[in-house]
Amino acid sequence: MSTTAPIGEDKIVAKVTSKHVPIYVMGKRYDVPDSLTIMKAMEYAGYKFIRGCGCRGGICGACGTVYKKPDDYKIHVGLACQTVVQEGMHLTQIPFYPATRTVFDYEQTPAVAEAVFKAYPELFRCVACNACTKICPMDVPVMDYVAAIKRGDFEKATELSFDCIQCGLCASRCMAEMAQYHIAQMVRRIYGGKIKPKATHLAVMVDNVKAGKFKDGLEQLKKADVATLKQLYMSKDAREIEPNMSEDEWVPTNNAYL
Amino acid sequence: MPYPQALKELIKKVEATRPERVARKKKGEEVPFMSLDERAATLQFHPDVKEEGRRALLVGPSKGYRLAHEYADLLEAMPRVDPDKVDLSTPHIETDVLVIGGGGAGTAAALLAQEQGAKVLVATKLRHGDANTMMAEGGIQGCSKGHKDSPYYHYLDVMGGGHFVNVPELVETLVTEAPDVLQWLEHLGMNFSKFPDGRLKTMHGGGTSRKRMHYAADITGAEIMRTIRDEARNRAADITVLEFSPAVELILDDQGKCAGALLYNMETEEYLVVRAKAVVMATGGSGRLHVQSFMTTNHYGATFDGVVMAYRAGVPVCFLHTIQYHPTGVVFPEQAEGILITEKFRGIGANLVNVEGNQFVNEREPRDVEAAAIIKECTKKGLGVPTPTGRFGVWLDSPMIEDLHGPGTVEKEFPGKHILYERFGIDISKEPMLIYPTLHYQNGGLEYQSDGSTRIAGLYVAGEVGGGVHGENRLMGNSLLDILVFGRLAGAAAGVYAKAKGASLGKLSLDHVRVFTKELQESKVGADRVSPLLLPDYTLLDTKSRQLTSHYVGSLR
Ligand SMILES: Cc1cc2nc3c(=O)[nH]c(=O)nc-3n(C[C@H](O)[C@H](O)[C@H](O)COP(=O)(O)OP(=O)(O)OC[C@H]3O[C@@H](n4cnc5c(N)ncnc54)[C@H](O)[C@@H]3O)c2cc1C
Ligand code: FES
Repeated sequence: MSTTAPIGEDKIVAKVTSKHVPIYVMGKRYDVPDSLTIMKAMEYAGYKFIRGCGCRGGICGACGTVYKKPDDYKIHVGLACQTVVQEGMHLTQIPFYPATRTVFDYEQTPAVAEAVFKAYPELFRCVACNACTKICPMDVPVMDYVAAIKRGDFEKATELSFDCIQCGLCASRCMAEMAQYHIAQMVRRIYGGKIKPKATHLAVMVDNVKAGKFKDGLEQLKKADVATLKQLYMSKDAREIEPNMSEDEWVPTNNAYL
Repeated sequence: MPYPQALKELIKKVEATRPERVARKKKGEEVPFMSLDERAATLQFHPDVKEEGRRALLVGPSKGYRLAHEYADLLEAMPRVDPDKVDLSTPHIETDVLVIGGGGAGTAAALLAQEQGAKVLVATKLRHGDANTMMAEGGIQGCSKGHKDSPYYHYLDVMGGGHFVNVPELVETLVTEAPDVLQWLEHLGMNFSKFPDGRLKTMHGGGTSRKRMHYAADITGAEIMRTIRDEARNRAADITVLEFSPAVELILDDQGKCAGALLYNMETEEYLVVRAKAVVMATGGSGRLHVQSFMTTNHYGATFDGVVMAYRAGVPVCFLHTIQYHPTGVVFPEQAEGILITEKFRGIGANLVNVEGNQFVNEREPRDVEAAAIIKECTKKGLGVPTPTGRFGVWLDSPMIEDLHGPGTVEKEFPGKHILYERFGIDISKEPMLIYPTLHYQNGGLEYQSDGSTRIAGLYVAGEVGGGVHGENRLMGNSLLDILVFGRLAGAAAGVYAKAKGASLGKLSLDHVRVFTKELQESKVGADRVSPLLLPDYTLLDTKSRQLTSHYVGSLR
């Protein structure tokens, strides 16, 4: 069966760029416009992604790509959806790399470093080679957060690992054969849920909602006709707007429905 | 690529007006918000009002409803698989609850269904978490600060943003469940941005009357997604995830109850029959249809599949006549085209400025109004900034954030976008961003009730695939909220239903597909199209012309 409506194909090529450059996808040469990202260049060449493509916006970690340039010996790394092609680059995507993740019972896990050490004893096999940090396409200081975890400094580890998109490239390079990103995820959850101070104002709000404090007001709104709603919506009194530059302490003058 | 000289010259005009704009903002003098009449006039420039952009559906439960051609093309299309070829007598997989879609709504549903004692299968198209949820940056709404906010004000904001036509019951559920959802996330270990004492940081979004946007730096969606995904992985004993296995058809039983789905393993090209006592449809949105040729912010798998499958099975659609174009998508550099620039930039105070360096709209109007104002500025008024690729955009003046909130703020609050532009040689704390509206969110979708239930027993809907709660226009931060509120409710309801009524499941059937196909044939539409789409097609025509032995079915070749 054939079908019409190819969708969006005119959207992948930057119309004004004329220059084509050779790139080598897994060793095979394709000539592509030099302004495209690796992802769009591969599609330009005729590839259709199933793996290796997710958000197309640099945040999901599906498209990790390693490449070499003609004139140096180094392994370079980039997200295919974010990295512009370079003349003569030799690349391959690494859309998946096997990694061990330890199942843990979140509710029962105590907020102590030993819990993480027990789940991931391989942490202590780290030889501080820094290959993980070097390969990270997000510039996350992987080795440093691993060190912070080993010190039990979960706050620091959370901060340092926060931009991790879990593409798995760090694990592919690790001499200690650990999956750094899974360990960091466990640490961030323990820090966020069990160490960082809780929002007490949120707990109060949850209780108030449960106690039915806002039921009547909402009932009125639900019954209101559109004209009434519009009037309330535009009213500077009924729906006072918090100033943009206000501090957290700001309070409205009309507090009838608080 | 960095800004070429011509654009650098134009940036000088932005810099020239900046000190005065910053001074005004510091004094709290804003460009006034539009009245409802002014909004209506501006909205004439919104892509939604283009009548030639849509047509009435000729088949199905919402026959006669006018919506975008790109939607209609997929609703009026043949199934991928001939029902006669499918052997339903021996299902490949049996489960209590089948969740279709591993984004935020689906994962929340899986967790809550599991908590009711159900065995859950999550079937998803790409990897678990390759989803629009992962991409959300700005934040999640919900009232948490009782001294200045309550569900009452949240309700008013939601209705106002949605043009007052939202389904009231859904809005009520959304705003009353919000605090609980925030607390659930906090409990599961999500790292919200907080003050040292634990107070949540909050800010405005377009159309909010109170600062109730909660966030995790500029990767709120990713932090939510990876937290709840991690929890789902901890419950692997009860929650199984099948990746690269999209659903292509719902399966009903002989009494019309939902009874599972047909999955397609994209790697081995096999189809699998799943028998489930309840199904949660959570396939997200449809940006990859590129309606009216707009660029999009959405992930690769946002192709409308869930709406197509459930529509075929008999669930009506609503509010699909409006689509959300996010006001601020990257229009230059080209490599990043379509990528979202979070509304938080405007929430924190960055102005929108035209080619002459003048601010032309308050930056905190609701999205549809803001997008229409930008399109108007670039078309009718001719005051857009020309890009080297022949498009137009306007400036989003990010450097003024540094003047308002101190040097370093841009890098600290927007690390993701700072790195993105840095890679192209642009420092957004010093140079403004060039933006244009981009296709962002499916405002409407499948009809559902507050507990996620639909008119088909055993079929639940949650997230962007559904319609009603946001009316004709969703406000920033209400979608992350929506997917968790209704994902949790739908998951719980599906779990309970599966336990209570699952035993009465009858014989599996795809008759609804046969009936729908017949209706298509009688209406003489869609014979040359196939849906669901599954993946967009970015293969060049030129390339296709050389692919002599491959044939395209929908989008897969
Ligand atoms: C760039 C961006 C920024 C955003 N920012 C914000 C924000 O700041 N605040 C906010 O509130 N909202 C924001 N949104 C909107 C919000 O993120 C989404 O609306 C919401 O996350 C949708 O969640 P969902 O679970 O319904 O769908 P998704 O998260 O998209 O998940 C759907 C899943 O279903 C899968 N799927 C699709 N078809 C099938 C099929 N046939 N079979 C199986 N699986 C399938 C998809 O691959 C995907 O994994 C943003 C959206 C984008 C794109
Ligand atoms: S496709 Fe998601 S990071 Fe590139």
